[in-house]
Amino acid sequence: MKEKNRETSRREFIRKGARITLGLAAAGTGALALARSSLGKDTVWQIDPFKCTQCGRCADECVMSPSAVKCIHAYALCGYCDLCSGYFLPGAKLETGAENQLCPTSAIQRKFIEDPYFEYIIDEELCIGCGKCVKGCSAFGNGSLHLQIRHDRCLNCNQCAIATMCPSDAISRVPADTPYLIKGDFTNGVEG
Amino acid sequence: MYGKSILISLLVLLLVLLAGDVNLAQQRFPKPEFETSYVQPDPTTPEPRSAEMGYVDVAVLLAVLSLGAWLALRKRSRTGILWLSVFSLVYFGFYRNGCICPIGAIQNVALAIFDPAYAISFTVLAFFLLPLFFALLFGRIFCGAACPLGIIQDLLVIRPVSLPSWIRKVLGFIPVVYLGLAVLFAATGTDFIICRYDPFVGIFRMDGKFLMIFLGILFLLLGMFFARPYCRVFCPYGLILSWMSRFSKWHLSITPAECIRCKLCKDSCPFDAIEQPVEKEYRTPEVSRKNLGRFILYLALIPLLTLLGGWIGSRSHIFLSKAHPDVALAELMISHPELKDDPDNLDIQTFLQSGKSFTQLVEEASVIRGRFRKGSMAMGGFIGLALGVFLLNQVVFRKREDYEPHRGDCFSCGRCMEFCPVDKR
Repeated sequence: MKEKNRETSRREFIRKGARITLGLAAAGTGALALARSSLGKDTVWQIDPFKCTQCGRCADECVMSPSAVKCIHAYALCGYCDLCSGYFLPGAKLETGAENQLCPTSAIQRKFIEDPYFEYIIDEELCIGCGKCVKGCSAFGNGSLHLQIRHDRCLNCNQCAIATMCPSDAISRVPADTPYLIKGDFTNGVEG
Repeated sequence: MYGKSILISLLVLLLVLLAGDVNLAQQRFPKPEFETSYVQPDPTTPEPRSAEMGYVDVAVLLAVLSLGAWLALRKRSRTGILWLSVFSLVYFGFYRNGCICPIGAIQNVALAIFDPAYAISFTVLAFFLLPLFFALLFGRIFCGAACPLGIIQDLLVIRPVSLPSWIRKVLGFIPVVYLGLAVLFAATGTDFIICRYDPFVGIFRMDGKFLMIFLGILFLLLGMFFARPYCRVFCPYGLILSWMSRFSKWHLSITPAECIRCKLCKDSCPFDAIEQPVEKEYRTPEVSRKNLGRFILYLALIPLLTLLGGWIGSRSHIFLSKAHPDVALAELMISHPELKDDPDNLDIQTFLQSGKSFTQLVEEASVIRGRFRKGSMAMGGFIGLALGVFLLNQVVFRKREDYEPHRGDCFSCGRCMEFCPVDKR
């Protein structure tokens, strides 16, 4: 009986030692993670419009269908051109018929403001984030159309599926309190 | 009027093209001065889920774990655990879309340790640590009461079959490799494979790639017969939890009082996690001595296996490093130089336009490969060590006299408690 007690207490001692070791290991891993980086704010994913090369993968790689990436319009940068290279197919008639439009889903509305200016508005319900208009606008226009991750749609996956496929490394984690990188109000050599 | 504006636009365009500087793309066309009362709108910026909600998630997790521990250890209520698990499935699964979860948080912690630029958030760290500490105190409460991935499989257990123990043990070794690879890929900034191959997140989101949904449904169908297949064969966090739970201070017990060895609970566990009493003939001094010999042998094997694992790991670092996009791109451009002229190869074309030189890319890739060499060696060593401890564990002499849950394997679902006829009084 005595021996049995000793056996039990020995086992209990080993268990206790292992428990303390494992507890310290877990706490140590957490502490190491903090020490090696820092305790940061929660982050969200966002596209740097100055790195984006409009490859079109945002439309396909997002876990959401349609993608959480949409085109947004930084109006402050727009030239309100009649001949908008983000709106019209190259060489098309300057009429609003779908056959003249660059956007595959006709998600850009063109509105007459005053002669000769037109406003271009993105219909987010229709936009699929393909970036065709962004390519057109960046190539010949001011680059006021650009892609952003929309946080009402983004699920904030632990690892953004688009970010791993982005050929220009344009998608990164940004602090959740500054969730957008919009051209114009975003200081990168561009005046708003 | 129309023609004039087109003409102006074209002229400006021509000038820009002649200037030939694409970098000056911004504000080629000056902002108009409107004569009408047109007010320029601002782009909308819908806010993300507020950071404070992360604290709510942590509080919910803490509450679920505490309640789960109380239900499993004190109240001994299977029904209570079942309803709590349904709540967790709805909250962490369908409401939070299966993201944030401690399984994936392994990778965030690994990335935070090896990439100083990555700042880990309080929420992620709390999600990683809380279930571990609960496992040290009360067993794998997280698996039974909180984990949406486990619970969605648990609710669909219909006719569980029992597999031979050697098959279970071999399959149970897969999480070791999965954990090693996940940490390696996260630490090198390659990918978060646990999240990429999470089979149920597509079901929680009700949206996703075909492969994801297909895997999820496959696991659920398989789980009707082989209960909780993801937890038992893949889950890397379950592996860490099982280490913790083996040495837990308290644990769910099948019987509220003294076990009468009636065997009624034996078939109640769909996960084969109930261990039988060790029979008399295995409790003799001869068996004990034989086991001691094997114990010493396996103990001596551990350093050998660790070294062997490390060697195999470092040998495979070139292969493993190909998972990193930069290494893959550099390799592709070296092995297929003709692809530089392929306009359809987006990765290469984007790289060529980026202005970065090829030498720079190769240098970066070789730095990453160097990290992989160390990381793969550590991963191999870890797998070897785990194999050694696993072997050693097979010959540890146990004097079990009652039916008990296996503390490492038990998910604390509480099914067995209902089958015990012993009255608490």
